[in-house]
Amino acid sequence: MAREATKGRKAVTTLVAWGIGLVIFFPILWTVLTSFKTEVEAVNPHPSFLFFDWTFENYRTVNERSDYFVHFANSSAIALGSTLLGLIIAIPAAWSMAFVPGKRTKDLLMWMLSTKMMPAVGVLVPIYMLARDSGLLDTRTGLIIVLTLVNLPIIVWMLYTYFKEIPGEILEAARMDGATLSSEILYVLTPMAVPGIASTLLLNIILAWNESFWTLNLTAANAAPLTAFIASYSSPEGLFYAKLSAASTMAIAPILILGWFSQKQLVRGLTFGAVK
Amino acid sequence: MATQASRTAGRLMLSPAVVLLFLWMIVPLAMTIYFSFLRYNLLMPGTEEWAGFDNYHYFFTDPAFWPALVNTLTLVIGVLVITVVGGVALAVLLDQPMWGQGIVRILVIAPFLVMPSVSALVWKNMLMNPVNGLFAAMARGLGLPPYDFFADAPLASIILIVAWQWLPFATLILLTAMQSLDQEQMEAAEMDGAGVFWRFWHLTIPHLMRAITVVVLIQTIFLLSVFAEILVTTNGGPGTASTTLTFLVYVQSMLQFDVGLGSAGGIVAVILANIVAIFLMRMIGKNLET
Amino acid sequence: MTVTIRTLVGASLVLALTGAASAETTITVATVNNGDMIRMQRLMPDFNAKHPDIKVNWVTLEENVLRQRVTTDIASKGGQYDVLTIGNYEVPIWAKQNWLLPLDNLGADYNQADLMPQVATALTVDGKLYAAPFYAESSMLMYRTDLFEKAGLKMPENPDWDFILQAASKITDKAAGVYGICLRGKAGWGENMAFLSAMNNTMGGAWFDKGWKAQFDGPEWKKTLSTYLELMNKYGPPGASSNGFNENLALFQTGKCGMWIDATVAASFISDPKESKVADKVGFAPTPTRAGGSNHGNWLWSWNLAIPASSKKADAAKTFVAWATSPDYLKLVAEKDGIANVPPGTRVSLYQNPEYLKVAPFAKMTLTAIQSANTAHPSEKEVPYTGGQFVAIPEFQAIGTAVGQQFSAALAGKATADQALAAAQALTTREMTRAGYPK
Repeated sequence: MAREATKGRKAVTTLVAWGIGLVIFFPILWTVLTSFKTEVEAVNPHPSFLFFDWTFENYRTVNERSDYFVHFANSSAIALGSTLLGLIIAIPAAWSMAFVPGKRTKDLLMWMLSTKMMPAVGVLVPIYMLARDSGLLDTRTGLIIVLTLVNLPIIVWMLYTYFKEIPGEILEAARMDGATLSSEILYVLTPMAVPGIASTLLLNIILAWNESFWTLNLTAANAAPLTAFIASYSSPEGLFYAKLSAASTMAIAPILILGWFSQKQLVRGLTFGAVK
Repeated sequence: MATQASRTAGRLMLSPAVVLLFLWMIVPLAMTIYFSFLRYNLLMPGTEEWAGFDNYHYFFTDPAFWPALVNTLTLVIGVLVITVVGGVALAVLLDQPMWGQGIVRILVIAPFLVMPSVSALVWKNMLMNPVNGLFAAMARGLGLPPYDFFADAPLASIILIVAWQWLPFATLILLTAMQSLDQEQMEAAEMDGAGVFWRFWHLTIPHLMRAITVVVLIQTIFLLSVFAEILVTTNGGPGTASTTLTFLVYVQSMLQFDVGLGSAGGIVAVILANIVAIFLMRMIGKNLET
Repeated sequence: MTVTIRTLVGASLVLALTGAASAETTITVATVNNGDMIRMQRLMPDFNAKHPDIKVNWVTLEENVLRQRVTTDIASKGGQYDVLTIGNYEVPIWAKQNWLLPLDNLGADYNQADLMPQVATALTVDGKLYAAPFYAESSMLMYRTDLFEKAGLKMPENPDWDFILQAASKITDKAAGVYGICLRGKAGWGENMAFLSAMNNTMGGAWFDKGWKAQFDGPEWKKTLSTYLELMNKYGPPGASSNGFNENLALFQTGKCGMWIDATVAASFISDPKESKVADKVGFAPTPTRAGGSNHGNWLWSWNLAIPASSKKADAAKTFVAWATSPDYLKLVAEKDGIANVPPGTRVSLYQNPEYLKVAPFAKMTLTAIQSANTAHPSEKEVPYTGGQFVAIPEFQAIGTAVGQQFSAALAGKATADQALAAAQALTTREMTRAGYPK
């Protein structure tokens, strides 16, 4: 980097960036803080930022009331399952679009994206009936299938843009050396595509984890993920801010931590071919 | 370059994704189209009968239809403007040298990782509530009357919440794009005496156009189906002030359980969404040419 | 850490148990996240001890989400639930569709005769009980005795709306954050329309006339809405158009409301010193009526446990319903959490129990309110529907909510009262015509 910045300018940039960053992050911070307050303190007309009696009461209550770990396990299974299934279907498709493009590849990609345009509320009844008839209501399998299909277009697109950046010459060289199609994919393409696949995986886990329409509407007790867990803490009778905050913190913490630790990979993949 | 064999292989590899997505599209779509021509209320079984275009007629003449259409567009465009402008500004800022850049990035990325229903609940209760919320407490501290967000500016409040969720997405894509900006060209321009704004306008923005296109395209798809945020905060009101098309369809199919009407609404929403998409592609699609 | 271990141990225990007891039946119970239902979940060890062969899975959701999910499931025969928590609005409608199992024999110690007659009637279709009431409520006026005293006011035995207006103006002190009155403003058939429909009943009005013609163009609704708007605009809290029961409860508990007219079940929350800052300063009075009137709104709501006809585990479900709604359950709650916390409103015997009357200052008023609710004739006019704070037809959810949106907009100052009423009249007529009324 050939840029030179004076200390002063760097200090100002730092200050402004940190300020904005904290403002953006503040709602989450506030939720976490509120989760350690008592219910009465949480609605104090003169809210205190840090100087209140910290309590773990809300976490205890939430844990007593609901099986957090069951919901957590369901969320994880559904997010991971639909992502892996999605990748298995999408990798060959993206490969083919990137390396054997046809005249209609672009249109195909746009058509795939357009399948996301149907408002989920409009098709809930048909999908509910299909799920009922196939015995997939309230099962992880059912949700994995639905979420795979919901997110497939995004996965295909991300992988496609990633694969396109891989120079075709390398593949041809491999082919000259007598590599078969499967070994070409396995030994040449995959290693080069691993970073792209990793970020696709991450983004898709986030999308699936946070999906809150199908996960809420197609489950009851057995497959209910964290979105359903949250729905049992929103607006009950009585004061609920602190308990809601505790439940919210527990619902978003896993994905927040995952996202933070892997943000480099995530960011790299988030370009959707926007960077050339 | 591709041989016939690899072409066939390519088709084979493409087909599972295409077939599955096609089924996922066509089966519900066919059922929905069929339902949309029926008089069909889940709460009154046994009264199903052919209704012709009744449901469509009824949907279009719903007093909430036009407001919903306008609200949908306002929501999408509002969020897009905020996230694109804010995203460019943040990307330029975060691209500057500073201390603790990694941590700032972590702070900025966070809202994207929060479930929509959680963020709506947090904003509604803990922040924007005019009595117990933090903003109200701040207003009182300044001696101002608290502002009643969801009554006085329902749609704007929802736009704010949704924009908060999507700003990180835009920022991250744009930041990645920023990092591939040709620094030498920038410096050369600076040597030639080009000002900061000239450089921003003539070098940075054109470089970011592709990224902006992607942001607009992907976000539009997700924004057209924004729903949880409205359900949690305003329930579409007051009146129809924050009812969007998606929410209107929800009201009809999940509150009235009028499947026929809801299906007609769903079909109308799909058609409108596709019109928006075509319009979008016309306008900015050329940036995507590869 | 301990939590993890406990969960792991618990999980392995559950696994071991399911492995061992193969004759076990698992039922899924869908319920609302209200305090009494949460307590029921906490008391499950008692049920498990009595019925080790039945395992209960809970689906606890916020009211509106629950209602939508349960309705979707039962109407499309999804069969995901074995016990449903539903209101007295749904019970007769669903029973007529044969979606619910009649609950005729809930066991010898169920004592059906002890059920509050007004509540039981609303759950009975063709002489058969289709749901077992879990708790029931009517509406009443709750007020702050300290603020009344300070303003030199005395609550009449039978307050009317003029008195409420006058009292609200006297106790409002916005600088101190005290608002004269808090009422529901959040749009929804079970939110602001519950209150407004009941208020309209007290004004002598009705939703529909004998020929199912909407009545928003009549003088009663006009009076109802204008009184409501005057009260709320002048003396209500900010943000009232998004306040429902919960929001108002929080406001009252934190000392921000002088008066509040809402469900009787609120009384135990605001009298609980652990949750309420004003627990020792609350008084209770009947729901106000118009000057010289005698109709107190006929508000009656009960949360009930019902079994969908599609349940394949009806016997186990019945065992559970009987456990959760029997007199023994009330005893159990009294033992564990104190008698003030038993689910109110369902059993006559509770209100004859001197112990309960002693600890629950609101008991008498609750009983009077429930007993005076006449759901068979909600309005003083002759009407073709039953109900009270709602109209017991399937279309009401949607119509009530749409009208509620209009009135909520009027409260937020986005429309005038006349505009809101005209819009309500138009949209109700439209929906009723589509639904094919008069039937």
